[in-house]
Amino acid sequence: MVSQHKYVKTIIAFFSKYKDIFQYILETIIAIIIGFVVAGILMWLGGYDPIKAYAALFTSAFSFTDPYYTAMTLSFATPLMLTALTFAIGVRAGLFNIGAEGQMYMGALGVIIVAALALPSPLYIPLEFAMGILLGLAWGLIAGLLKVLRNVNEVVSTIMLNWIAFWIVEYARVYVYPDPVDASKTIKVPPPGRLPILIQGTELSLAFIISLIIIAITYYLLWYTVLGYEIRATGLNPDAARYGGINIKKTMLYSFIIGGITAGLAGVVEITGRPPSYAITTGLSNIFGLGFDGIAVSLIGGNHPLGIIPAAIFIGALTAGSRGMQIVAGVPLEMVKAVQGIIIIALAVPGLIRLVRRYMRVRRYGR
Amino acid sequence: MDAEMIIEILRLTTFSMTPLLLTAVGEIVTERSGVVNIGLEGIMLISGFVAVAVAEATLNPWAGVLAGLAIGAFIGLVHGGISAYLKGYQIISGLGINLFALGFVAFGIEAVWGVRGYHTPPEVAKVPRIPMLDISPIFVIAILITVLTHYMLFKTSIGLKIRSVGENPEAADVVGVNVELVQLLATMYGASLAGLAGAFLSIDWLAAITKELPAGRGFIALAIVNFANWNPLLALGGSTIFGFFWTLGEWIKNIGWLKAVIPITLINTIPYIATLVVTAGVIGRSRPPRHVGRPYKRE
Repeated sequence: MVSQHKYVKTIIAFFSKYKDIFQYILETIIAIIIGFVVAGILMWLGGYDPIKAYAALFTSAFSFTDPYYTAMTLSFATPLMLTALTFAIGVRAGLFNIGAEGQMYMGALGVIIVAALALPSPLYIPLEFAMGILLGLAWGLIAGLLKVLRNVNEVVSTIMLNWIAFWIVEYARVYVYPDPVDASKTIKVPPPGRLPILIQGTELSLAFIISLIIIAITYYLLWYTVLGYEIRATGLNPDAARYGGINIKKTMLYSFIIGGITAGLAGVVEITGRPPSYAITTGLSNIFGLGFDGIAVSLIGGNHPLGIIPAAIFIGALTAGSRGMQIVAGVPLEMVKAVQGIIIIALAVPGLIRLVRRYMRVRRYGR
Repeated sequence: MDAEMIIEILRLTTFSMTPLLLTAVGEIVTERSGVVNIGLEGIMLISGFVAVAVAEATLNPWAGVLAGLAIGAFIGLVHGGISAYLKGYQIISGLGINLFALGFVAFGIEAVWGVRGYHTPPEVAKVPRIPMLDISPIFVIAILITVLTHYMLFKTSIGLKIRSVGENPEAADVVGVNVELVQLLATMYGASLAGLAGAFLSIDWLAAITKELPAGRGFIALAIVNFANWNPLLALGGSTIFGFFWTLGEWIKNIGWLKAVIPITLINTIPYIATLVVTAGVIGRSRPPRHVGRPYKRE
């Protein structure tokens, strides 16, 4: 009897210690359900069978018995973890850095620039990563400098930079690095410059492990270093942080730089790690949207590096499942992106997100 | 540069400035009431899609324009409801609208027309041009809306209510202004103008629907709001300047020798670079409404 009592007490203690987290998970699940219901209604209005569509979506997304689908889910989650970090580390510093998309394009371009060089085989991968990180960082830094030097709202500047990056990479694809055989693509990354595939026959590469390591590093940086403390303090209350002696312009700039690095890496791993293209395709179609999906992943994951992992796997599963949904139920696969949008709108309703509120006080626009 | 060329550039600018002007003027009203809507880009996209679908189904472009307005107002109802009544996170809701629009419109194009990514409306579904001048009637409507909105905002009691709610909602509340209702209606007004802008893009100026239809214009409109210091008449000037850069890019593409030197893909970056440069040059002098972006909660 006594031992049972103790057992119950332990459970209660466990739940009350992590009450916020459980509440957050519950609220996220509510938002996800809202997303699926509203999207189901839209499918029905569009003349599709939502039950059939969701059945196909879930059987192909979450069939954990078939390692192929699991591997595909994880492979789609890989770049999203990195672009989500860009948004998350921005939010932690009180910024809405929605420029992961453009920074990711630049990272992908970095890979192609190195791939065009004649290099000794072992040099390809390190140089691809270095160049991709450099370009992604540079793109994030522009938005950062505009913010701290000229007080340009990062929501506007990052979107402008996304479009500038889009056209620069398109320019490079058409005029500088076109594939001599197939003009709709850039040249391919040579085999020594590609990341090894973890499970043969799937698209899951070493990139997945790299992304997990980057998440772990970012987590450590945010919670166990002085810089991370300063970033979080700036996001919680910029006035108090400034009063406490923190150079908030510096911490904001670092947030843009780190975000640029992770987004650049997303472009690098997507080009070097996803068979069969290993190139940038026309209209950037094979990387388009990875940055915006990262925003959804970050918000679903509570803008926390550790929350980003399950959120990215969730969105990765939707992406993997959307192919099955299109084949079986004929529903265009973009439907899952609409689901994501509705989930985010639902998450904007307070009470649905408690944990985020503490970190992400709605700041004055344009300040 | 002869007179004919200047007139042609001005004529083209009436097109490129119209979506920016409508969206910016609407957002000025929304932000004056204390609500930020960064989902304008998504609203333009969804309304552009719905406008084509309705105009084609009814064979009447003006039905499409009204549908664009109405769907904009509906999204404004959702965003305004979350912002004003539920005291929600305005930036997150706006991001959600943008993400939803990307997926929904790509889905919708395929669901309605069975093609992937691109559809052009037939001639009968396009808004007719004003004869002789060869400009769009929606441009004239946009100018009228701008002037009327300016008058409404600064010379009427409705405008005073909107501005008081955005500057000091506590005081407005005390004197009996229904803060939430004013914010909701101001958000719907702004979103419906963004919807009109979307319809203008899809069944008038560009006469096509793709998921890249707004091409950042919703965010350039946000820059214009700042640039114009939350003043509709100044937004007219801002839209002319920012719109001119879109025209300039299109103009350069038609000049043979220049086209040979600068590739089209790089010319396409002009409006975005210009927006960054102009914004970086002037911002800092403008003053946003004091309570913008923060939910109003009674103590």
